[in-house]
Amino acid sequence: MFNYVIRRIFIAIPVLIGVTIINFIIMSMAPGSPVDMLISPQIPAEALAAKRIELGLDAPAYVQYLSWFKHLLQGDLGYSMITYEPVLNMILSRMGPTLLLMGVSLIIGVAIAVPLGILSARKQYSKLDYAAVTGSFLGISVPNFFLGLGLIYVFSIWLKILPSSGMTTLGSEGGFGDILLHLIMPVIVLTANVAGRNIRYVRSSMLEILEQDYLRTARAKGLKETLVINRHAVRNALIPIITVLGMEIPILFGGAVVIEQIFSWPGIGQLTMSSIMSRDYSTIMGLNLTAAVIVIVANLLTDITYALVDPRIKYSK
Amino acid sequence: MNLFERYFTGRKEPQLDTDMIWPEGDESSIKLFTRRFKKHKLAVAGLGVIIILTLCAIFAPLIAPYDPTTVTESFGAAPSMDHLMGTDQVGRDQLSRLIYSARVSLSVGVGSILIAVAIGTILGLISGYFGGWIDSLIMRITDMFMAFPYIMLILVVASIVGPGLMNMIIILGVLGWPGIARLVRGNVLTLKEAEYVKASVVLGYSTPRILFHHILPNTVAPILIYATSGIAGAILDEAALSFLGLGVQPPTPSWGNMLASAQSLTVLTSQPWLWIPPGVMIILSVLSINFVGDALRDALDPKNTK
Amino acid sequence: MNSQNNKQPSPLLSLEQLKVYYPIRKGIIKRTVDNVKAVDGVDLSIYSGETLGLVGESGCGKSTIGKAIVGLEKPTKGRILFDGDDIAGYSSDEMINLRSELQIVFQDPYSSLNPRKRVIDLLSEPLRVHRIVSNGDVSKEVDRLLDLVGLPKNSKNRYPHEFSGGQRQRIGIARALSLRPKLIVCDEPVSALDVSIQAQVLNLFKDLQKELNLTYLFIAHGLGAVKYISDRIAVMYLGKIVEIGPTKEIFQNPKHPYTRALMDASPIPNPHLRNRKKVVLQGDVPSPVNPPKGCRFHTRCPMAEAVCRVQEPELTGDSLHSSACFFSH
Repeated sequence: MFNYVIRRIFIAIPVLIGVTIINFIIMSMAPGSPVDMLISPQIPAEALAAKRIELGLDAPAYVQYLSWFKHLLQGDLGYSMITYEPVLNMILSRMGPTLLLMGVSLIIGVAIAVPLGILSARKQYSKLDYAAVTGSFLGISVPNFFLGLGLIYVFSIWLKILPSSGMTTLGSEGGFGDILLHLIMPVIVLTANVAGRNIRYVRSSMLEILEQDYLRTARAKGLKETLVINRHAVRNALIPIITVLGMEIPILFGGAVVIEQIFSWPGIGQLTMSSIMSRDYSTIMGLNLTAAVIVIVANLLTDITYALVDPRIKYSK
Repeated sequence: MNLFERYFTGRKEPQLDTDMIWPEGDESSIKLFTRRFKKHKLAVAGLGVIIILTLCAIFAPLIAPYDPTTVTESFGAAPSMDHLMGTDQVGRDQLSRLIYSARVSLSVGVGSILIAVAIGTILGLISGYFGGWIDSLIMRITDMFMAFPYIMLILVVASIVGPGLMNMIIILGVLGWPGIARLVRGNVLTLKEAEYVKASVVLGYSTPRILFHHILPNTVAPILIYATSGIAGAILDEAALSFLGLGVQPPTPSWGNMLASAQSLTVLTSQPWLWIPPGVMIILSVLSINFVGDALRDALDPKNTK
Repeated sequence: MNSQNNKQPSPLLSLEQLKVYYPIRKGIIKRTVDNVKAVDGVDLSIYSGETLGLVGESGCGKSTIGKAIVGLEKPTKGRILFDGDDIAGYSSDEMINLRSELQIVFQDPYSSLNPRKRVIDLLSEPLRVHRIVSNGDVSKEVDRLLDLVGLPKNSKNRYPHEFSGGQRQRIGIARALSLRPKLIVCDEPVSALDVSIQAQVLNLFKDLQKELNLTYLFIAHGLGAVKYISDRIAVMYLGKIVEIGPTKEIFQNPKHPYTRALMDASPIPNPHLRNRKKVVLQGDVPSPVNPPKGCRFHTRCPMAEAVCRVQEPELTGDSLHSSACFFSH
């Protein structure tokens, strides 16, 4: 097991490095060199020339990359071209709200998808099954920004019961209840996506398991149906879902960009959009890289969890 | 050569010792496919919607009552006899814009998937068939691309490359291949062990022939299924990008950029005809394509015996 | 088919100390820690026009030998001499010229035919690729091939899934014949078929051999089919040949205890013969990763003595019939 974890980490390292290279290449396509972005815009003009030489801005691309990479390893993502703040600080301050939004949506989405998917599979071709499958199709087919706008229209404009933007009411202290109220609509939108994608997945995974011989064996030896389902079927059906959860992370990041924009949620997504709009490339790149690193770490954790749960995976080989 | 001649001598009496009668009502594979597909009523309806949308897209100039970019005399007018679905804030006919938008959505959906399928299939074939370091290299590159949150990466590239229809197709296509590459690779790995592929090796077929004549035809079904849901995904992505202002730019109409106007509170509150119809169109088209994709999955499933 | 007459001084194909190992990789950097010794030093000669039966339990390496001969497995060591040339180290490009000499018929007639190709495509493709006949004659040649294997002409436009197992195997045979090979490796070609069909297909193999002067390496896991079709039989155990000799000799006078055990494992049609003492094997086949020291069979052999655990017996006997056992004579 230990070897397996180590090997997974070793595989993740070249991917991480590759991600920084791709990021660097994309950055190079933007106006201004990536290394340029490391210089604080507040530096006086005389010091600028010296700084440029120090960073090797005249050097060939790979030297520039190495110089940039060295700073990256020290956690230096450069400075925002607009606010002059270090990019890392900006990202860290926005991380909390986004993780809150994504975490809550993921948990609720899975809490809906798993039982509904299992039920749907057990009662295949029932009304409940059709409703669940159709709902799942809607969940993946309705654009989240349209759903968001619809929710605002109904709950904020028409019924006036939910706040339409921000994480806390302006001028108020905030507090748990206030954040919760602001969280409801964005979470509904992201949850609809998560549940939509996963209901059908859980359902088909469960249907496949229900056809297995060992379930027939379990029934044949006189086990109660609930026991057959809970002990034998559900456990095996849920193992592949761990992988799917890992795949949700990058999708949720993407969803967060759109959703935070609509609901003015002060997170990573909103920062992404505002930096794109103001062409703040150093911030954009920092964000992109951070998101990629989070995804890789999440995938790593997924793989390891999978290996822990699935007895068929052999770690030694 | 003695052996050579022997092959030409033939046999005096062919030995037909096995029963050679095929059932009369044997179903051809196309018939079987149609029958399975038809069982999905929603998919049949979805196919209808897709056909109508395609016709709208092709014959948009004939169907649309107005030019989609021409400004008429009324601004932000509610639906009336002149303008069945009203006009937008600059006075363009909403119905005509909705019809023309089908062009954008369908060409982005199909165009980008074609690019993604071409890149992904070739890389997946190479990766799966040759294995070894080539496989590791391609798969690690795939991992790298998949590590970036898709929408975020597209946004970033779009912000650098610039918006526009052509750029949308290229960006979504060039960034959309990793999933297909993985899918094709997995299939190739399975097929490579199939005895008929080994037989092809023993029969002395060249590697390209084995890849394209024997392996690829047997991976078409999963690619087709994946591509169908990919089209739906690309339409959603284009809509999101255009909604955020980084996709197709006005005055070219796209359902996504038509919805962008709803970001203003006035439109959202008092001009629902401006933002509900394009949203409904997106849902309708994406839902239809997803239904069709699901029916395809069922009808093309080799394990399906019904 | 009198094998004695067909025998020539130099064999069509001979294996010299053939070894095929599969590496087992372990650890973080996946270094090779051990090998699965699928084929561990095999000497074997096949003469033109004969059928050599190769039998053994599953996992003994018999199929690996067949695949190594047609180039589907790379030999780790040793030589494969075909018509005097060592083809063991041939790259796939070099092998292409030999494809028309060496063919294989696979075990599973369901997975060995491309499900998306019609019979005519399956059979005409090799003809076109290797330009066996001119393009205009391809169709005629396909008819001839179908005729050869006893399939009607109207099966040309059918897909493999429309045929029964035995018919599919005939298509597979026709495909192998299309390149006009000298040697065909038959990799358990009848074991996936119904017993009633097995005899038909075996007869087809026999007829084709007579007509086309083919040479067969006929691989099987039981002695039944092999007895019927082979001129000589080689018995394999754990990557090595333990006994080889003419079919009659092997059946009348089996020398190796493993051969006797295999024989006793197959049902005897004559009830009067059933009473004689049987050799029944105990235990499982040892792992080919670490084969037992000394004689590989000693862990399961009813005759094993101290010497068997220490020393590995050589294949000894006359040029016709030899076996690898200390107590075989």
